[in-house]
Amino acid sequence: MYKPTIGLEIHLQLMTESKIFCSCSTEFAAKPNTHICPVCIGLPGALPVLNEKVIEYGVMLGIALNCTINEVSSFYRKNYFYPDLPKGYQITQYAIPLAKDGFLEIVTENQRKMIRIEKAHIEEDSGKSIHTGDITESEYSFIDFNRSGVPLMEIVTYPDIESPDEAYEFLNLLRSIARYLGVSTGDMEKGALRCDVNISVSKDEVMGTKVEIKNLNSFRSVKRALEYEIKRQTKLIEEGRTVVKETRHFDEKDGTTKAMRTKEELNDYRYFPEPDLPPLIISGDFIEEIGQRIPELPNQKMRRFIEDYSLSIDYARSIAYVPSFSKYFESIIAFTGKPREVANFIMVNISNYLNETGKDIEEVPFGKEEFKELLDLIDSKIISLNIAKNVLDDSIRSGKSPSEIVREKGLSQVTDEDTLRSMIVEVLKENEMQVRQYLAGKTKVIGFLVGAVMKKSGGKANPDLVNKILLKELETLRQ
Amino acid sequence: MMDITKLTAYETVKRIKSGEIGVKETLLSYLKKIEEREDLIKTFILIDRDRAIKKAEELDQLEHKEGLLFGLPVAIKDNINVYGYEATAGSKILKGYVSLYDASVVESIKRENGIILGKTNCDEFAMGSSTENSAFFPTRNPVNLEYVPGGSSGGSAACVAAEEVAIAIGSDTGGSIREPAAFCGVVGLKPTYGRVSRYGLIAFASSLDVIGPLSKDVRDAALMLNVIAGFDAHDETTVDIKVDDYLDILEGNIKGKKIGVIKEVMDFEVQKELKDALESSIQKLKGEGCEILEISIPYLKYALPSYYIIAPSEASSNLARFDGVRYGYESDGAYLREFYENTRTEGFGDEVKRRILIGTFALSEGYFEDYYLKASKVRRIIEMDFENAFEQVDALILPTTATTAFKLNEKKSPLEMYMTDIFTIPVNLAGLPAISVPAGTDKAGLPVGVQLVGKWFEEALLLRIAHHIEE
Repeated sequence: MYKPTIGLEIHLQLMTESKIFCSCSTEFAAKPNTHICPVCIGLPGALPVLNEKVIEYGVMLGIALNCTINEVSSFYRKNYFYPDLPKGYQITQYAIPLAKDGFLEIVTENQRKMIRIEKAHIEEDSGKSIHTGDITESEYSFIDFNRSGVPLMEIVTYPDIESPDEAYEFLNLLRSIARYLGVSTGDMEKGALRCDVNISVSKDEVMGTKVEIKNLNSFRSVKRALEYEIKRQTKLIEEGRTVVKETRHFDEKDGTTKAMRTKEELNDYRYFPEPDLPPLIISGDFIEEIGQRIPELPNQKMRRFIEDYSLSIDYARSIAYVPSFSKYFESIIAFTGKPREVANFIMVNISNYLNETGKDIEEVPFGKEEFKELLDLIDSKIISLNIAKNVLDDSIRSGKSPSEIVREKGLSQVTDEDTLRSMIVEVLKENEMQVRQYLAGKTKVIGFLVGAVMKKSGGKANPDLVNKILLKELETLRQ
Repeated sequence: MMDITKLTAYETVKRIKSGEIGVKETLLSYLKKIEEREDLIKTFILIDRDRAIKKAEELDQLEHKEGLLFGLPVAIKDNINVYGYEATAGSKILKGYVSLYDASVVESIKRENGIILGKTNCDEFAMGSSTENSAFFPTRNPVNLEYVPGGSSGGSAACVAAEEVAIAIGSDTGGSIREPAAFCGVVGLKPTYGRVSRYGLIAFASSLDVIGPLSKDVRDAALMLNVIAGFDAHDETTVDIKVDDYLDILEGNIKGKKIGVIKEVMDFEVQKELKDALESSIQKLKGEGCEILEISIPYLKYALPSYYIIAPSEASSNLARFDGVRYGYESDGAYLREFYENTRTEGFGDEVKRRILIGTFALSEGYFEDYYLKASKVRRIIEMDFENAFEQVDALILPTTATTAFKLNEKKSPLEMYMTDIFTIPVNLAGLPAISVPAGTDKAGLPVGVQLVGKWFEEALLLRIAHHIEE
């Protein structure tokens, strides 16, 4: 069995209002080159001035990733030529990052696993090159410097990840944490989260050759690229060939990875300390103050949902990882209790509604009052759980209250024992074979008979009563 | 009739404010002088007569004559951004680049109602000691046209010496204010690193570059420092330390001050007249009641090699932005790399290319530790040598240069040229404030400079001592 070893290198855009080294706006998708100044387009003589909000966000994320925050860190220049890099160097951190030695605990298929984080540092983004058509054939290119100087946090994990699913879950959790902290949207599609992966496969303790994959534009791409790469590398080794240490490009269209021209890799970045910026010094008090502002994070929430509310891992994760979902969920159960039922309604009915309408959960016109009403109807056995689902669906769409819907559509449960008994007698007559089977000891058919009664009642029969009366009638038949 | 151009900047402002002379009158006197001399000396890359005259007329209309530099014409070295003017830093690669903003020092000068008269010539990107490395033309020494004015702020030194302007702004990375000041017989002040904002100065070596004035006397240097010194939110390397009123403290006595003479200076070959000038300055200081002490800067001789690793390393990165993509000179090429290569090959001069290559090499993988890192350690040791010295003394005195000015085309090898800065470079490595003050002439009539070095951020005392030894 070949075991993959995977490490991630993630760039998160920090959602400060202004750029990292100047006061230009970070607004996304603005008209090209409208948020620029001498600093972020590298005019001669311009100097960087560090945005304090970036430090705040960086420290916050660092703490959330269980990192040690360096009270003294420094900036370096990473030198390389590219048209969208206006100064000919990127200001980044190198020798001493803002944060180091952290970890995140992920949960996959009931297993907990620690993924260690080597470091997290802050740096500036480059501008954006826009090529007309294919880059190799493009006659000319456009450069948009709006993105130049947008703050980034680069997070580098140790190669602790052992499957594409784990990689996916790590990214999912990281993005969720960033959203809870309000430091990044984490939208991969908008480039607010970018991820490169390193992967090798090996049969034994000897590490395989590391391959880097770039151009991953979604979580799904990360997973697909890793799955493909594991297969490719495994096949090479099995055939007795060698895996080349290289950088490969993921091709979204055919789901494969392709080697990049080696020339692009021969970069010596000539890092050296940025003389325009003094060392970044952060006080212990500041770190502590930021630490106190960190809210309950999604992984902690998820664990609480599982432990305190007995939610399934999937439901707990799905609700806990989306701040708006958990806010909604928690505001409801604080009023109604019954977290399992509420979680069910949210994950099935409300999720469907959101998918259909493209709305956000904040816009759902079904709040704690409505939930309370619905749950009370179930509690007092006026409607069954199944009917309740229909009532909820109806209520969100029509805006009518659950009791109104139950009344108008006559959905109250049939609890009159005589009515139910006559229905049951009919069903028993219609299903003589099943009755015989039951009497012969095959008690499992009771389910079928209950179903038939429910069907006859249009779903309105009270299931508990049906069960009780049915058993009694069958015993009568036995005698 | 009085020749206004003979006045110091301080006197000029005083007389304008008292109504004795007009702003436009002052400006026209200078423009006339420029007309007479500029063709021979060639100190300016750009002169904007019209804009200056318009500003002068505006100022003449004002009822309240406010501002420390009210009506004073000022020249700015061409590696400093002045809104609306081309800023070439003496390089072909920046030809056509027009500044979109004012450097912080320019903003300060404008705020104090100084008039920006033009941009002065310099060695390309301030790399040189003679202004011969300007991509456009060399500047000549007004004292003797066969000689260089020094560099890289040669244009700024020469235009003050030629009385084409009352005061000029230069920049000093390894001696680029003090050496031309000494060669031209004017005062050149390099403030403490972090005292004056670099925002808007086209960077050569960011950890060494400092902006400062070149002036007719020490008082004028103090006046300009009053205008440009202080913390700037645009430059994180400026320091928020109290700025004194440098004019105010100039006259006080220096009795009992301890002045250090650096033993190791005499390990170098120094022209006799410069040794004599140093000695007579020392005698003057003694006469003022100063105590003279011999002190040691053991690592002095390692300053030059250390500097020629650190400065080119930073320069190789600072000059990377000149790629022809956004502004300045632009060549062509079939593909990106060729476009870069052609633009930079054609746009930069030899000395600049030499330093980019040295710097690129020194920062490369496998060499970084042996070159950049080692040089940085040496720099730190030199800084510590000065720290030790300043525990014993209040200021140091040494020659600004080892020789007086040399002739154009006289220095053939780069190394010969680099040696010109042996006494100024250590000061930049330590970030200390220093001033070059005229101290007579040599046999050929060429000016001699004496250099004083002060403690970090103690320009006040430095200027006071300098004021006592100037002629």
